[in-house]
Amino acid sequence: MTLDTIHWALIGIWGLLALASVIVYVISKRSEKNMTELVQRTQSWWVMVAIFTVAFLVSNTISIIVFALISFLALKEFFSMIPTRRADRRVLFWVYLSIPIQYFWVYDSYYGMFAVFIPVYMFLFLPFASLLSQQTDGFLRSVGTLNWGLMLCVFSISHAAFLLIMPATSGNSAGGAGLLLFLIFLTQFNDVAQYTWGKMFGKRKIIPGVSPNKTWEGFLGGVGTTFVLALLVAPLVTPFDMIHAAAAGLLIPVAGFVGDVTVSALKRDLGVKDTGSLIPGHGGIMDRIDSLTFTAPLFFHFTRYFYY
Amino acid sequence: MLQKTFYFFVKVAVLFLLGLNVRRKELLPSEGPAIVVANHNSHLDTMVLMALMPLSKLKGIKPVAAADYFFSSPLKAWFSENVLGIIPVERGGEDKTIDPLEGCYQALSEGKVLVLFPEGSRGEPEQMTDLKKGVSFLSERFPEAPVVPVFTHGLGKALPKGSFLLVPFFCDIFIGEPITWDGDRTQFMNALKDRFSKLSAEKNFAPWE
Repeated sequence: MTLDTIHWALIGIWGLLALASVIVYVISKRSEKNMTELVQRTQSWWVMVAIFTVAFLVSNTISIIVFALISFLALKEFFSMIPTRRADRRVLFWVYLSIPIQYFWVYDSYYGMFAVFIPVYMFLFLPFASLLSQQTDGFLRSVGTLNWGLMLCVFSISHAAFLLIMPATSGNSAGGAGLLLFLIFLTQFNDVAQYTWGKMFGKRKIIPGVSPNKTWEGFLGGVGTTFVLALLVAPLVTPFDMIHAAAAGLLIPVAGFVGDVTVSALKRDLGVKDTGSLIPGHGGIMDRIDSLTFTAPLFFHFTRYFYY
Repeated sequence: MLQKTFYFFVKVAVLFLLGLNVRRKELLPSEGPAIVVANHNSHLDTMVLMALMPLSKLKGIKPVAAADYFFSSPLKAWFSENVLGIIPVERGGEDKTIDPLEGCYQALSEGKVLVLFPEGSRGEPEQMTDLKKGVSFLSERFPEAPVVPVFTHGLGKALPKGSFLLVPFFCDIFIGEPITWDGDRTQFMNALKDRFSKLSAEKNFAPWE
């Protein structure tokens, strides 16, 4: 088996993770403070990268199923977190059922249906399904919250999966797999970069009413680092020229930040610290994919508009 | 064997469809004699508590359930006894000469772990009702058996009484410190109630009406 650029990119990610783990190990040995959470976080990264790598190497279908499962877990977390009505049990069931259907369109490469199934058909169907219970108390709140959860957890995330089935082009032998890797890697790297810059140099709060730990230093440092990395990585795995690589290198960290604070606002409103406890050190699955809910659809349409 | 296979699939389904957030799992006894008491919202309660136990210990763990429901037909009775491993209890029995808890006493003397729901019925989902005193009789007879309170939330949302449609929700399972018999029935029941109200206040649960 020859190694394609995509394999080298994966090897690079593993190398970076190994390096980060060594740094975390050294810090945790030297520091007086309790570093359990940081160590747990790093361990969880190994698990997540391993799952992603295996799915990636086995087949597109497995990767699509993995994304469908991520949507399922995120949606379940969302529904467990928000106020729901007993009368809407059936409606929740329909929302769950839309996950396999939406990911089937991805598997089937049926772009037209993929793009409208949730924002048109589910959007029209859910209020109808809800009114069948004839309980109008809380109807608006219910329909609004369910729709938002569906858009965030299923529609948005499914765009990452759709990237995967984009064909290879003359300028990009890595095809959809390369684009997906670019998106996921930069989104997650940006989260870590913004966090690290903020921890080290953070002073001026950026949006204290929503997320008191976020600072301008963290935000700008993260954007800068991710931007440079995007320029370096884009020629390897994407069809982008320098202008578009630069644009994507700004789009991902900025959109990622917005996604992050959006979920923070949701958590604040509900009075919870984490969305769940599924990933040790990170919190819930929504805490991990909050940025991706914004970067995935935006990056997808950016790429599709300019290159497909 | 049948029981192990059944609960293996239950375990997989519980972890995938529901997903559990368990606090202080180490307090859950897997060796008897011991009594696990939980609040009751759904048929899933028994399944989830059994799913938390290691498969190899299942033989020694006995859920206690109403005879009039689980043993109402021969087929149900066979399934309840051999697969679920249930000990039947008569609710509001007419015959005063038989102690309805006889089966429980026997299981405890054999060193089993009893799982029981002192609310008596699933009732309205996610609302706790008064605790029945049966558990205090068990504890009085077997003061060496720890009584471990388990508070669950979310199972009544996933599968409430009267519904057959399972809707996935993450569920919280909070296990409390065990209490032991101190010689007084009222005091014992109050201690248990108190333990439950503390466990249920550990987290702000999303409203569900």
